[in-house]
Amino acid sequence: MAAPGFERVPISEQEPLVRAKNFEEVCLGYTEEEAVLEASRCLNCKNPRCVQGCPVNIDIPAFITAIKESRFKDAYDKLSESSALPAVCGRVCPQETQCEQLCIRGIKGDAVAIGKLERYAADRAREEGIKPTLDVAPNGHKIAVIGSGPAGITCAGDLARLGYDVTIFEALHEAGGVLTYGIPEFRLPKEKVVAKEIENVMALGVKIETNVVIGKSVTIDELMSEEGFEAVFIGSGAGLPMFMKIPGENAKGVFSANEYLTRSNLMKAFKEDSPTPIYKPAKVAVVGGGNVAMDAARTALRLGAEVTIVYRRSEAELPARVEEVHHAKEEGIKFELLTNPVEILEDDEHFVRAMKCIRMELGEPDASGRRRPVPIEGSEFELETDAVIMALGTSPNPLISSTTEGLEINKWKCIVANEETGATTKEGVFAGGDAVTGAATVILAMGAGKAAAKGIDEYIKSKG
Amino acid sequence: MYLIKKKRVLHQTIFLMDVVAPRVARYCEPGQFIIVRIDEEGERIPLTICDYDREEGTVTIVVQTIGASTTKMMDLEEGDYFHDFVGPLGQPSELVTDDLEEVKKKNILFVAGGLGAAPVYPQVKWLHEHGINADVIVGAKNKELIILEEEMRAVAGNLYITTDDGSYVRKGLVTEVISDLVEKEGKKYDLCVSIGPMIMMKFCVLTTKKYDIPTIVSMNPVMVDGTGMCGGCRLTVGDEVKFACIDGPEFDGFKVNFDEAMERARLYRTEEGRAMLALKEGDTHHGGCGHCDGGNK
Repeated sequence: MAAPGFERVPISEQEPLVRAKNFEEVCLGYTEEEAVLEASRCLNCKNPRCVQGCPVNIDIPAFITAIKESRFKDAYDKLSESSALPAVCGRVCPQETQCEQLCIRGIKGDAVAIGKLERYAADRAREEGIKPTLDVAPNGHKIAVIGSGPAGITCAGDLARLGYDVTIFEALHEAGGVLTYGIPEFRLPKEKVVAKEIENVMALGVKIETNVVIGKSVTIDELMSEEGFEAVFIGSGAGLPMFMKIPGENAKGVFSANEYLTRSNLMKAFKEDSPTPIYKPAKVAVVGGGNVAMDAARTALRLGAEVTIVYRRSEAELPARVEEVHHAKEEGIKFELLTNPVEILEDDEHFVRAMKCIRMELGEPDASGRRRPVPIEGSEFELETDAVIMALGTSPNPLISSTTEGLEINKWKCIVANEETGATTKEGVFAGGDAVTGAATVILAMGAGKAAAKGIDEYIKSKG
Repeated sequence: MYLIKKKRVLHQTIFLMDVVAPRVARYCEPGQFIIVRIDEEGERIPLTICDYDREEGTVTIVVQTIGASTTKMMDLEEGDYFHDFVGPLGQPSELVTDDLEEVKKKNILFVAGGLGAAPVYPQVKWLHEHGINADVIVGAKNKELIILEEEMRAVAGNLYITTDDGSYVRKGLVTEVISDLVEKEGKKYDLCVSIGPMIMMKFCVLTTKKYDIPTIVSMNPVMVDGTGMCGGCRLTVGDEVKFACIDGPEFDGFKVNFDEAMERARLYRTEEGRAMLALKEGDTHHGGCGHCDGGNK
């Protein structure tokens, strides 16, 4: 192997045309030799800019140095100090806009592959049966965490490390939140990675009660007044899917990405013997340009469909990670950019037969700073398709905010919380992740969970 | 894990179970539903709550075998466990949440079709316990498929039973009973609650509309999570799109687009499966499982 230089060590992936037909993981990860070589590209900066780019402040140079020196357990321990989910983050974090974007190596050449190295260290630890260790006496304070997604798991893990008695309440039958129901197997293996990292958090003494819908089965006020929880962290995510409100949206074959992905990921409908059905037509159109759109499109492709992604802006504005777009293209997914659906057309039996779209062009920048897409008059056309998956984003579920007195929400129904501490307008109640920000990333939710754990600790201590 | 404390077979294809689920039993109200999963691999099956005992911590469900999962469920016995049992989901019936004095002023008619007797029962019972006796029409394909008759009789004002084939009490559809009560017996109703197969609810609403009786229906479309996340259960109600799981399951029957709802319920059904169901179960199933036709032909 060549000496490390300006280019990062390439990582092996399943061949696009092979992986397009299976649900196995796309990226195969580094070998030991590759990982050590890539780690040796790290300059171990005195003032590491990468750490500033990490929402959970992982000591990146330290864990990479450990890999470089083949001290793999040390690398994992270093990661575990800051993150409860390193094998997850190594796979799904948008490193290219966070740690790696700030890497000095990136100025002349490729940034160090921080994410892939994180994945290597976490995977290796798991394979060798190494688990995070806990060396703290229980402090007897009971904390409730609502939701077992990235925010909740991180918050619970950090609180457990501080000695708290933590119980997570999960509405679904399985833990993991979006890691379990949203992100597909081929990007984030469930049993091998997600379940194992959650087990590690449970091993710190965190309890979980599944099938509890807060706001329905029990309220936050009752958790605090009757069940003895001194503080509550809300990490309930942004669960409600958005639709376009165009004609034909209730035709047979129109789904939210949430539904489609939940069927495939949580309910395992991608497996032939699953009792949960999933619709498998010949042609699928996915509307949207984010990671969820890519996930839905690539799932449909693997279930045998010819897939087109329809997005109203141009490629430069696609909110999805570059890697996901690249993978989708490699696998044969078509992109209809600068295109917006205006109507879904049904056949005689009310099944989707086509989607009427209009071409768009980019006008002046809008509030988000991106150029606003404007319809080109008279450019309507019909895109033939048997199904439409709407991946337009999600908004927080009002179930909790509407049943908790004194919990302020903003006009987007997001819970109002202090960014530094996660504190909400209700005493003892903290919140973070998508429930506060609206749909964002796994790592930002983890960052918020982490901040809230610190906020909760300070709150409990302040009460004496 | 959730213990099946009691099981009672009501018909060769219909059974009742009391399930130990204290968190659900404590808060559930008539009109709400639960989601159950048999085992680790099982699908999520939504079922409307039939009864509950807050002290015992049990919730009663009534199920009809309409596919592989519900058939598997019928094989479970007292002492066995469900892997998952979550709820209460959806909104309680408005009868329960509205001002009781206002509800007391109303003459209420319930119309239950087939398995719909199960979700109708807790509402009639709740009213009875609050000093209100509502009239109840229970209809089914034949005598054997009339369920919960004794229980219903104990809490209903007048109970009217009808069967499609005339094998029990009277012959005819529930809509004919409504017409007879209003036209021949001069009954006046201020509110109707109709629960059963979608096709029955659709025709029930057409009938009550004629007599200007506001009508509530309970919808059970295909759903996955039951908490608002998947949107698979969306319905058109008036000119709005509603999610049955969080906005419902009960809606103003005059506003529900039944034709669309029935179409949507057919998505995952194959021709073959539909034929098998029609043959085996007739039109008694309350729907919602995602595989069956809910009795809608």
